[in-house]
Amino acid sequence: MAMLEVKDLAVNYGVINAVKGVSFKINEGEIVSLIGANGAGKTTILKTISGLLKPVSGTVTYEGKEIQKQNAPKIVAAGISQVPEGRHIFPGMTVRENLQMGAFLQNDRMAIAGSFETVYSRFPVLKERLNQDAATLSGGEQQMLAMGRALMSRPKLLLLDEPSMGLAPIFINEIFEIVKAIKDQGTTVLLIEQNAKKALSIADHGYVLASGEVKLTGTGEELLANENVQKAYLGG
Amino acid sequence: MTTLFQQLINGLSLGSIYALLALGYTMVYGIIKLINFAHGDIYMLGAFWGYYTINFWHFNFLFALLSAMIVCAAAGVVIEYFAYRPLRHAPRITALITAIGVSYFLENGMSYLYGADTRDFPQVIKQVNFNFWGVRVSNIQILILATACLLMILLQLIIKKTKMGRAMRAVSVDPDAAELVGINLNRTISFTFALGSSMAGAAGVLIGLYYNSIDPLMGMTPGIKAFVAAVVGGIGSVPGASLGGFLIGLLETAVQSVGLSAYKDAAVYLVLIIILLVLPAGIFGKNVKEKV
Repeated sequence: MAMLEVKDLAVNYGVINAVKGVSFKINEGEIVSLIGANGAGKTTILKTISGLLKPVSGTVTYEGKEIQKQNAPKIVAAGISQVPEGRHIFPGMTVRENLQMGAFLQNDRMAIAGSFETVYSRFPVLKERLNQDAATLSGGEQQMLAMGRALMSRPKLLLLDEPSMGLAPIFINEIFEIVKAIKDQGTTVLLIEQNAKKALSIADHGYVLASGEVKLTGTGEELLANENVQKAYLGG
Repeated sequence: MTTLFQQLINGLSLGSIYALLALGYTMVYGIIKLINFAHGDIYMLGAFWGYYTINFWHFNFLFALLSAMIVCAAAGVVIEYFAYRPLRHAPRITALITAIGVSYFLENGMSYLYGADTRDFPQVIKQVNFNFWGVRVSNIQILILATACLLMILLQLIIKKTKMGRAMRAVSVDPDAAELVGINLNRTISFTFALGSSMAGAAGVLIGLYYNSIDPLMGMTPGIKAFVAAVVGGIGSVPGASLGGFLIGLLETAVQSVGLSAYKDAAVYLVLIIILLVLPAGIFGKNVKEKV
């Protein structure tokens, strides 16, 4: 059974039908990438899984339960954590406070301390900047903080929305390395990217989205080799 | 010199009332970007609650204060639930106009139920004046200052140290990100209204004690002045609201003491205009910068 199954999902974003009947699956332990141009509906899908948007029709089934009607805190509590597009770290709070917010639903102090250690070992740069205002971090560091914050809730499924957006190439490679490492430690990952080449090269499965629909699907390798994908998304 | 200190004491007493009120404005604005024009009327409700419980249930000062805070907190939560929550995603001007409507509803509702007459607030604490080197300080003034400072410290602790306080700060800077870490938006917004309204309720009881008179429209002018105080301090900033409140209180007494009593309200609005021209973000206001 798939860990997360999205079936015939349709979502309106304002007055736009941003997602028109999308279906896909994520198995436990996989990285699944959704690629597609701006406006393909990728972010809307992620927001719907996280409970920030409610679908018009269709279902989101997580570990055998339909979750599309639940609110965001319930979904976080169930083990799905999102790193939103544009990082959305909390400015005016220190790096430590930002991470602490990630563990908002956790009450066990020992477990929280353990999560801090995991995040420090994954992102050593954050440990050096604990008492610094998060807004003063560089773009790449903010991305790491956003990912660290999402990991603080000890998710089983991590949703990543354009983690490479606006970053210097050196950081982009690092971020993708980290995504792979997160998967290797047992966290399932749903990755949304415009950087299709990178996203597919680390993905077990990929889905190509355009104007709110799934156009193509396959393993990461298959999609990388696909002529149409190469033309449309990989620059020929 | 004596006059100066005398005015300083008077100004701080009045200022602490404005500060308590300004906190509610600034917190609610911080979290849902709404200027809650009904906030001054919550303060009126607090004063009336104090009046009734002291007169008819013979509450002492502490009981009257605490119960007014609880009742006003509940009123704030109810108002948010019925009037503002349905408009959460509506244009901001809609909620603003609704807030003015709620304000009229409370003012006229109270006038209708209890009459528009001014009433004498019961002297639950007998006024005693102390004389320090020619400066006259009443026990009521000390009580107002001490209560206001205590409440402000308590508020600051709640915001800085508790989980709910952290949730409030997170929602005020980024509601979507707050939800994504598992914060319940509705609960946090209700809590903010409760906290802000309880401060207004306390201010209402304190002003009753200080000025000895209350009426259903008493919230209008102090409400607007506290709003000015919040803007002066930097709307959204909690320390700013406290400072702004004290500054407005001091300004008002200063204008009175030089014989321009008739212009004391005008002076406050003049400050608002100057602040908006010179320092639109207020003293502690942040020019929000975001890295994309």
